[in-house]
Amino acid sequence: MSVGATPDRFQAADVDGAHHREDNYLLASSGLGSWLVTLDHKRIGVMYLIGIMASFFLGGIFALVLRAELFTGQKLFLSEDAYNQMFTLHGAVMTFLFIIPSIPAALGNFMLPIMLGQKDVAFPRMNLASFYLWIIGAVFFLCAIVFGGLDTGWTFYTPYSITTSTRVILALLGVFVLGFSSIFTGLNFVVTINTMRPHGMSWFKMPLFLWALYATSIIQLLATPVLGITGLLLIAERALRIGIFDPELGGDPVLFQHFFWFYSHPAVYIMILPAMGIVSELVAVFSRKHIFGYRFIAYSSIAIALLGFLVWGHHMFVSGQSQLAAVVFSGLTFSVSIPSAIKVFNWLSTMYKGSISLATPMCYALSFIFLFTIGGLTGLFLGALSTDIQLHDTYFVVAHFHYVMMGGTLVAFVGGLYYWWPKMFGVMYNENAGRLFCLIVFLGFNLTFFPQFIMGSRGMPRRYARYVEEFQIYHQLSTMGAFLLGIGMVGAIAVLIYSLYRGKKAPANPWGAATLEWMCSSPPSLHNFEEPPAVGDPYNYDNLRYDEREGGYVVVPGAAKKTSSH
Amino acid sequence: MNLLSTLSLLAEAGSLFFTPSNSVFAPEVDNLFDLIYWISAFFFVLIVAVMVYFVVMYRRRPGHSVQPSPSHNNVLEITWSVLPSFLLVLIFVMGFTGYMNIRTPPDDAYEIHVYAKKWSWLFQYPNGAESSDLHIPVGRPVRFILESEDVIHNMFVPAFRTKMDCVPGRYNEIWVLADHSTGTGIKDEDHEPTWLFCAEYCGRDHSNMKAKVFVHETGDFDAWVAKAANLYEGRTMAEVGELLYKRKGCISCHSIDGTRKSGPSFKGGFGTAHKMADGSEVVMDENYIRESIRDPRAKVVAGYEPVMPVFPSSRLSDKDITAISEFIKSLK
Repeated sequence: MSVGATPDRFQAADVDGAHHREDNYLLASSGLGSWLVTLDHKRIGVMYLIGIMASFFLGGIFALVLRAELFTGQKLFLSEDAYNQMFTLHGAVMTFLFIIPSIPAALGNFMLPIMLGQKDVAFPRMNLASFYLWIIGAVFFLCAIVFGGLDTGWTFYTPYSITTSTRVILALLGVFVLGFSSIFTGLNFVVTINTMRPHGMSWFKMPLFLWALYATSIIQLLATPVLGITGLLLIAERALRIGIFDPELGGDPVLFQHFFWFYSHPAVYIMILPAMGIVSELVAVFSRKHIFGYRFIAYSSIAIALLGFLVWGHHMFVSGQSQLAAVVFSGLTFSVSIPSAIKVFNWLSTMYKGSISLATPMCYALSFIFLFTIGGLTGLFLGALSTDIQLHDTYFVVAHFHYVMMGGTLVAFVGGLYYWWPKMFGVMYNENAGRLFCLIVFLGFNLTFFPQFIMGSRGMPRRYARYVEEFQIYHQLSTMGAFLLGIGMVGAIAVLIYSLYRGKKAPANPWGAATLEWMCSSPPSLHNFEEPPAVGDPYNYDNLRYDEREGGYVVVPGAAKKTSSH
Repeated sequence: MNLLSTLSLLAEAGSLFFTPSNSVFAPEVDNLFDLIYWISAFFFVLIVAVMVYFVVMYRRRPGHSVQPSPSHNNVLEITWSVLPSFLLVLIFVMGFTGYMNIRTPPDDAYEIHVYAKKWSWLFQYPNGAESSDLHIPVGRPVRFILESEDVIHNMFVPAFRTKMDCVPGRYNEIWVLADHSTGTGIKDEDHEPTWLFCAEYCGRDHSNMKAKVFVHETGDFDAWVAKAANLYEGRTMAEVGELLYKRKGCISCHSIDGTRKSGPSFKGGFGTAHKMADGSEVVMDENYIRESIRDPRAKVVAGYEPVMPVFPSSRLSDKDITAISEFIKSLK
């Protein structure tokens, strides 16, 4: 489809009755079959949402079992073997099945076409294929769990992964298939954004969430194939003993680490960039201020995506790689922190002189800024060479990446879910309950992970089933925090599910946002828009006024034309 | 250990984030840690304070409305991008110089070979002595040459502020110059040792793969290492066997109290018949013990994985094996 074309279906729409029609995408057709073969990006997004939330639940249970086992430092109910499998599966499920696909595949799939004022993504069939590849990959993972487990750690380091008797090949096949799913999604998004922006939406009129998804997609396209190839090489090494990673056959185990981190470090930005995109939307909307420094935020997403490819070696400072390599990777690592810091400063400036609403999504956004700042700053200790040597592979690292990936990505994901929930399902959740569980998540999170910084810097290595007594107090605090966090997460999801049954009907635009997804009804109709929406500045809230009768925001008559002529 | 006693211990130790150090380059690492800590604390407090202030000042309430303010300012944005960069360069350079000290051993260093394997450590000294805990002299640079026999391990001594992977198929090195001893005298009881951990995940007993670090006064060390080199002097064969049992890592898989680990317990096993994986029965005698050490997969006891590594004569002499047999014999 060419840029700016007006599809025929819009002209045929029944404009007058648009608001009252019950042809929303959820009701457009019924039966399980109509969902399984749907090409509608919204339904695919919802199916992804269900799948990744199930994965999150599974990974979360693993986490709580691990934390419970670590309460005393002695054996409670897990053998060493069971513990090793449990932390491996916690990491692998959370990384590959939950956090990498969470925002792009669930929220991105649902929102990206609507934010572009379009009916669907560029390749709807590829989108469905991507979802089924995800399912197949998840099934491989479940098979690996059921038939003998996996105990390599989610990193599959050689030569351990070549020698262990657990189900490495099944899990790697799962990773390989999941990689294809990720590539399909990324490709679809790149093409959609390149070719389907509506008339009037130049690159710099695009919502920042889409910039973030665009940057993410570039990483998915360029980095994921390396993971696929690495996985295949490792399978070949195990099955055929080709001698590329196994030192007994003349291979180099450190080579595997280079290959693995060449994907897996950029993957960290697949996780965090979309989260930053969500926070950019939330902070602007709930402050009712134009986002500050739009271009710097947009450029910094691209900068993070590109620089993220140059820093993988910082995972290998103590592997025995050359000192020159360590120094170069350390220097490059610091360069990534600048664009991240820029975003934080911009979000704060956006709030300046605003009208800040502490609705649940904004509470999650503020929580994100708090937690991501800790996560980012503790990265400095790990980027600096001499301090990294002390902290490498200790709980300090565990705490750091949980602050970034869970405190950052997960919190932003939940914030985004609350924000878009009325649009996705046409209902409003209970605001007080939402805020309460956000607070519990925040407190539980800090109680879980802050003590881990302390025990890590004091020498507690990661991936330990048992530990010496001096670390016990930190582990106990952490375990108590984990259960509080678990309560908060279950509560936060329960609030949303409850709203499906008892929630008030949502207006088209409950928050007063100016991006296009709020210009269609809640939930959207099958084709999203009855007529092409007017494209304006996505962060200009001047023409939106609260309407008592609607229960939401409406465009002030006569103002729409002014914005669209920008 | 309860919270109060921990807090008082921490107050004595002086820092929430550090344990006492014992290497000449540790103060540099700790200083950089402190510097980054204060820079981070400053920016963290600044960001959170501004955020909270804005939320309170500009909260949505009746009668309050958005006030105009610019939505971009290039000078401001370039300033807050460039100024932190200087701090980052400072941190990078300090980290780099500290790292070069940690990675560059002096030429005259005393050399200790470190063999890591699932799931124990073996330290080998220039005079041939071996130990499963680490013993080093104070005030003398020590260079460690790291090897692994199976998978990747990592030698991590928190008090030294250093760690390095032991990668199969290549040698890595680290070094240390300890600045105080952990006690006087050559007996273990005379010391307050610190920990050495394996910090790279290596399978089942990863978390039990730790050793103690003893730092001796110079004279004590010479006496210790001389005594350690001659295992048989002044010991019965069974006593030597017990030492070898600990030092060669048998202890990580074979208990002597009947506990089941990855290998059968030695307790009361000598002279009795055992069922093998192939269904046959074998009496555990000197010949079976010798065969199991030289060729562990020949006869595997039923119910156990064939995971025991081979010990060639370069690692355990025939005399050593005799001593181990005597030790096992003594375990009734």
